[in-house]
Amino acid sequence: MMNGTWKVDARDGKLAMAHIYVAFVALALGGLAGLLQVLVRSGKFELPAGISYYTILTTHGVLLGLVLTTFFIIGFQFAAISRTAGTLSDRIRFWGWVGFWLMTIGTAITAFYILIGEASVLYTFYAPLQAHAGFYIGLTLVVVGSWISGFATFAHYAKWKKAHPGQVSPLLTFMSVVNMILWLICSLGVAATVLFQFIPWSLGYVDRINVLVSRTLFWYFGHPLVYFWLLPAYMIWYAIIPKIIGGKMFSDSLARMSFILFLIFSIPVGFHHQLVEPGIDPAWKYLQVVLTFMVVIPSLMTAFSMFATFEMYGRSKGATGLFGWLRKLPWGDARFFAPFIGMLFFIPAGAGGLVNASHQLNQVVHNTIWVTGHFHLTLATTVVLTFFGAAYWLIPHLTGRVMTKAMNRLAIIQTIVWSIGMIFMSSAMHFAGLLGAPRRSAFSTYGDAPQALEWIPYQIAQAVGGTILFIGIILVLIIVTNLAFFAPKGETEFPVAEVAEQAERTPLVFENWTLWIGIAVVLILIAYTVPFIDMIQNAPPGSKGFKLW
Amino acid sequence: MMHMHKYEKIWLFFGIGSLFVFLAVLGVGAFAQGTQGIKKVDETPPFNQPGLVKKGDNEYELNMISTAFAYIPNEVEIPKGAKVTINVTTKDVIHGFQIAGTNVNMMVEPGYVSSYTQTFDKVGEYVILCNEYCGAGHHLMTAKVKVVEQ
Repeated sequence: MMNGTWKVDARDGKLAMAHIYVAFVALALGGLAGLLQVLVRSGKFELPAGISYYTILTTHGVLLGLVLTTFFIIGFQFAAISRTAGTLSDRIRFWGWVGFWLMTIGTAITAFYILIGEASVLYTFYAPLQAHAGFYIGLTLVVVGSWISGFATFAHYAKWKKAHPGQVSPLLTFMSVVNMILWLICSLGVAATVLFQFIPWSLGYVDRINVLVSRTLFWYFGHPLVYFWLLPAYMIWYAIIPKIIGGKMFSDSLARMSFILFLIFSIPVGFHHQLVEPGIDPAWKYLQVVLTFMVVIPSLMTAFSMFATFEMYGRSKGATGLFGWLRKLPWGDARFFAPFIGMLFFIPAGAGGLVNASHQLNQVVHNTIWVTGHFHLTLATTVVLTFFGAAYWLIPHLTGRVMTKAMNRLAIIQTIVWSIGMIFMSSAMHFAGLLGAPRRSAFSTYGDAPQALEWIPYQIAQAVGGTILFIGIILVLIIVTNLAFFAPKGETEFPVAEVAEQAERTPLVFENWTLWIGIAVVLILIAYTVPFIDMIQNAPPGSKGFKLW
Repeated sequence: MMHMHKYEKIWLFFGIGSLFVFLAVLGVGAFAQGTQGIKKVDETPPFNQPGLVKKGDNEYELNMISTAFAYIPNEVEIPKGAKVTINVTTKDVIHGFQIAGTNVNMMVEPGYVSSYTQTFDKVGEYVILCNEYCGAGHHLMTAKVKVVEQ
């Protein structure tokens, strides 16, 4: 970590900030869509001017699930590799900008077709619902742009390794590389289905589509996608938070090992999203459930590591007793407070995730609004609050400003508002889901069915929570705008933690990419080859496209 | 490869141990108790006469068709205590088939038949609904199950 520069080069900073601006614009628009959804589902409001609930829902999912996350992550990672492995070369930075513009143009094209109502297919775009080809082409550009940024990251890492033979790479650079490898391997699935199935089919070159193959390729991508969101949060927890609280990292090797485990286990698990569907042998589903559970291990390691860091720090400040160290933590510092609250929310979120991945429990909650409640804890709380916490130092670092005390206080309030809103919304979603209320559905009483009438109070609670969350979005947008354009000029640190003295030396084996990518590929082949061949060999006739909205 | 802290070993031992216990339970459920059983279309009878069919003493088969945005038939009466194998297929896009308040919850995909066996022990009215987005009328796609005294 010593060999990095202290400050991110201004030109790299501009590249990172460009990504972050798009991310927060997506948050503003996607958040507004979310507000409209909870209001509609309360049954008390209707959308004006014949706007479809499902257009709004598609907008919400694409902007927050794909755009906010991908742009923030790539922007953050560019800043992190520039900070820890040195300023990007002009060529690498150029390719970073190419990636940025491809993703931005792709987003604009996709958004256009969603907003004119030609692509109300939700962000999972399940065939045989057929959107306008422009929707798929725009998404392709987003993915291709992200690949270019991935290769730019690899090139920067390779350059560092060449200049430092036999040395362990800086942790944040290593983690960025793992995350982009994960992203590349998994997005091959969605690229394959979009390029070879959806685009030719939506342009009319082929008549029919193999639905199960397209879903399988989507979920081959769709689950690692959530780890692509989560790993940058883990980067912040492992490698940055210890510095913010004034402590040391518990172990560098442990952090690297957990990232390698994510790389290996997070991909061959997509069937746990397809547990209740026909055409896949239960034995293969079970194998992927087993692999899914393996992903819990690196999360357990992370939980241990974080709390070990906190306790070590608190005790070094003279804390006594079992929990005395808790009092020593910097609760008034939003850079710590927001991610810490995110960590707490990950406890119920992770438990809920185990439920979803378990075949028999999933039977009860599959496609109910329980699932929506689940990923509003994981993505929309754990990951997003961690990203907000990072934005509070990253943006002023990159724009040459400092966060004022008043803004810090507002950021603490923002975190509390977010937590309250999410407790209302997510709990109500979980409970309503257990009673059977479906996800991704406009307000309905299902012909005044007594069961459906029971769900309405929960839907009103969701609207209350969602409205509070929207206030949270307004607050974070105020803070981010202030940090980007109005905060006082000055120097803000990009915190990077050092390893504790007693930690073990990091072995080089973690950077044996042939080994780790090899294992990942073998597991993917084991988990997917036979069922995939079966899907093609025993396929029913393909489906024609439908536009039912 | 690397040394671990003693507490970390204890933490991971119990953490990972409980995962394996959990997986064993799931495995028993999946294979020994057969809580998953979804067949392909060529293994199941046709849907030319959708509805409830008596197959044996207290055993029934319920064949249903889903289509945007309805189920055929849209109301079914089932005698209390009946063990019903539900077969569902779709005429168009992907649909969901969920009977709220029960464990019946399936994805219905074109070209396939989704099946699940459920015993209806409690008298009452249950809502069937589509829980996979299928278009503008998705939230209006519903049917009814009435479980009645024999």
